[in-house]
Amino acid sequence: MAQFKRKGSKGTPGISTSSLPDIVFMILFFFMATTTMREVELKVQIKTPTASEAQKLEKKSLVSYIYVGPPTKDMAVHFGTAPRIQLNGAYSTLNNITEFVASERDKLKENERPDMTVSLKIDANTKMGQVTDIKQELRRANALSISYAAAKDKGEGNTNR
Amino acid sequence: MANRKVPEINSGSMADIAFLLLIFWLMTTSMNVDSGISRKLPPLVDQEQDPGMDAHERNVLMVFVSGNNQLLVAGQRMDISGLSEKTKAFITNPTNDPNMPEKEMTEIPLLGNYPVSKGLISLQNDRGTSYDMYLQVQNELTKAYNEAKDELAQQKFGRSFNDLNDEQRKAINKAIPVKISEAEPRNLTGGK
Repeated sequence: MAQFKRKGSKGTPGISTSSLPDIVFMILFFFMATTTMREVELKVQIKTPTASEAQKLEKKSLVSYIYVGPPTKDMAVHFGTAPRIQLNGAYSTLNNITEFVASERDKLKENERPDMTVSLKIDANTKMGQVTDIKQELRRANALSISYAAAKDKGEGNTNR
Repeated sequence: MANRKVPEINSGSMADIAFLLLIFWLMTTSMNVDSGISRKLPPLVDQEQDPGMDAHERNVLMVFVSGNNQLLVAGQRMDISGLSEKTKAFITNPTNDPNMPEKEMTEIPLLGNYPVSKGLISLQNDRGTSYDMYLQVQNELTKAYNEAKDELAQQKFGRSFNDLNDEQRKAINKAIPVKISEAEPRNLTGGK
């Protein structure tokens, strides 16, 4: 009896925090999973050029992406190594750009549509002919604000390969 | 009696470690923003004349990137490292050289009457030009404009362009408008 009494008089027991790490780890894993899943699976290899004047793109929700580059290694078996255009998750042709821009524009709210930006993620070794064709298509689709994706670098940005 | 209690490892700091990891992850993923050089394409008007064609000769700086990535500025070969300086001299024309762009006095809020350059950069490239080279050229041109804007901002407001408020920024943008015209590409080398 005396023993029980002594234990009871110790004061209020603290709430166990031993499961707190587990909870936080769960949040961590959730974030890790979602942030990697957000981007579409790239089917082209892109190594964007570097530019010292590159600026951050505001408002990611207004940005749509067009990827151009040679197909990845496991795709190159079927598609060769010539640079290809990727829209959303699949290879595409020039003719689909107008359609793609229209569908991307439809996803936005009415008042945000004029601010839509197309980010061109293009491999550094692509020839300008293809890029010009894409630009012409974008003009036709009336998507006039574009951004040439480039990695920010502090130096002169002269990596002529 | 001796092995009645097994001592436990104190896991109280485990939560802190996990939080640290979580915060680190949040920071690094949000910092991975896309960056790039922004441009406005001209609207598609049925075969409109290239504005570089009817402008006065002194107001146009021809920049041509050939199919084998050589840079021609105003008909002369040039290394890319000198392009931004040349462009900046062209758009600001500090000595009022008669061979450089004319200026037009314009009323701009906050700045008063400011001589706005009529200079225009006509950028041309071949279909065989590599995208890397093209972007380097775009980068150098942007750099020239940014430097000119920065200098004007320092001179008028005593701060760099990035630290100005919206109104001041608008005024500077009006005083130094970015005019880069891109003509239809030539196909000299037959590259695709």
